[in-house]
Amino acid sequence: MAKKRMIQAINEALDSEMAKDPKIVLFGEDVEISLFGDTVGLKDKHGAHRVRNMPISETVMSGMAVGAAAAGYKVVCHMMFGNFMYTGFDSIANQASKLRYMTAGQISLPIVYMSVFGGGRSAAAQHSDAMHPMFMNLGGIKVALPATPADAAGLLRASIHDPNPVVFLQAAGRGGESGEVPDGEAIYELGKASTVHEGDDVTMVAIGAMVRPALRAANQLAEDGIGVDLIDPRTMVPLDTHAIISSVRRTGRLVVVDEARDLCSAASHVAAVCADQCFEALKAPIKRVTVPDVAMPYSPPLEKALLPNEGSISVTVRDLLGKPAGAEA
Amino acid sequence: MTSPGADTNFSNEQMLGFYRDMLRIRRVEEQLGKDSLAGNLPGAVHLYIGQEAVGVGICSQLRDDDWIASNHRGHGHFLAKGGDTKLLVAEVYGRKTGICQGHGGSMHVADFSKGIIGANGIVGAGISITTGAAWAAQLDGNGAVGIAFFGDGAANQGVLCEALNVSTLWKLPVIFVCENNGFSEFSPSSTVTSGSIADRAKPYGAAHETIDGNDLIEVWQCAARAIKRARNGEGPTLIEARTYRHSGHVVGEHTFLSGTYRSEEEVEQKKTDDPIPAFARRIFEAGQASQADLDRIDAEITAEVADAVAFAEESPYPDPADQGTGYMFA
Repeated sequence: MAKKRMIQAINEALDSEMAKDPKIVLFGEDVEISLFGDTVGLKDKHGAHRVRNMPISETVMSGMAVGAAAAGYKVVCHMMFGNFMYTGFDSIANQASKLRYMTAGQISLPIVYMSVFGGGRSAAAQHSDAMHPMFMNLGGIKVALPATPADAAGLLRASIHDPNPVVFLQAAGRGGESGEVPDGEAIYELGKASTVHEGDDVTMVAIGAMVRPALRAANQLAEDGIGVDLIDPRTMVPLDTHAIISSVRRTGRLVVVDEARDLCSAASHVAAVCADQCFEALKAPIKRVTVPDVAMPYSPPLEKALLPNEGSISVTVRDLLGKPAGAEA
Repeated sequence: MTSPGADTNFSNEQMLGFYRDMLRIRRVEEQLGKDSLAGNLPGAVHLYIGQEAVGVGICSQLRDDDWIASNHRGHGHFLAKGGDTKLLVAEVYGRKTGICQGHGGSMHVADFSKGIIGANGIVGAGISITTGAAWAAQLDGNGAVGIAFFGDGAANQGVLCEALNVSTLWKLPVIFVCENNGFSEFSPSSTVTSGSIADRAKPYGAAHETIDGNDLIEVWQCAARAIKRARNGEGPTLIEARTYRHSGHVVGEHTFLSGTYRSEEEVEQKKTDDPIPAFARRIFEAGQASQADLDRIDAEITAEVADAVAFAEESPYPDPADQGTGYMFA
């Protein structure tokens, strides 16, 4: 166990996986110098033919990943910011997610489309989206959203090994944050949630970068005697519905915290699944803490007010339980 | 594989092989066009009639491990690269025995075992996929090449510029084959396309040629040069093969279009450049085949198509119970 930054954990996972398997290739804009640091040093270690800088050409890039994977490579396609995935969306949505099904399983496409995503750093509207719901709706794409350095390393290894296309989204504001990472090269199964905090009063599902403020809220609420069962699904496709439903059956309440815009957010899907599968266990309406349907603004006070945070999460839980702040627990 | 020069004489056997391969595509397309109009096919079909010399001229010199990607007008490329007639027809019929078990249909016929990445319903999509497959071939170092077939409509997609740039920079073994058939769906090329398509390679420093796409030998020789460059690590070529789309964009379009976008006279006039009768005349006049040889091939192909249709008609539809959601993930 050692304390590492998330970006370092990702870098080490890429490095050791590439060392083990010569069929892994990595390409993208500025991957040699590495804007975020996650791909730094890999070209020198694994060769310029396997780690290649791309022109700023997302349309051809996302499609090249499909072609190289179809031809036998395990492709890591680094698309820098998640918003740039919109630019390269065609080949993800129309090709990567569909080719296997359309050809009745003639091929598998081991591709990792990776990027940072989400807000919190005054990157403004075109560099701050949380676009995971868009990928969830494609059907043929797995979606991983690690919240900690350990999860980032374990889920990335699993994503690289997975024979299917995986969109791997690193929280933009989390790259510099540290966490304990187990020694060795652990692989975390895609589709397995982790329980981050235990409690009996309310189930909270927090996605990606939202796990950290959710945990702070859970700790704060615990001091007031409110028990939060905090679940990090870690991947939205596949989704560990069993872990979520089991918890909701126990607590009878559900709050979902998601950095996506509210309309058709991942939170909406979690809410729908629970309404469908454990409605009888619910003692109160399901609540979503999400981003309003706006383009994320630049100025820090504006952005801060729109992103879910410890305060808004706590208030939602307290309202749900009828225990406003300051009242007797 | 030798790459003969312009004066190369092909053997009688080779010439008849080219004729057979073009005629197979023609007869399959005629059949599917008829089937579509009769309401026997579940979805739309886009016919390759008139463009056969391009697909056959190029694919006849490819190896199984060379990659091709195609477009919505993809039956011809599938057959030219060695795809099976029965499996193609059954797929277009939506049957379980089709090459994609009925999941893909006309616009998605693919056979990866033969290097056929497949037809594609997104105009221009094959360009990026082939560029990636060519990157894989370069990494493998096995001399394989990737060929993207697309139309003049796709040449107006920005991805062509992106692909020309990166493939020239990386010297990828890829060949971009634009079959300029005169129409971008229902719009004459002249109304939607500026300049020369082949010239779009110029600013990137990529090799480029414009050829008569109705002349199989000219296509073959141009492709041989491009393939040689690609296999030698000299990078991409953009080929603009000028041809003509005899059929509409899609079979049955007269039933829903509010007007016409070309005259009957134009179509009839252009059909005088039909690549298949021209090729038959060429081999007949050169004494490389008798009329009996040509008739025999036509009879064999006609029987092959009839067998394929019978096979499709006798085949079951896929069962939603075991196939509806399968294959999404490996």
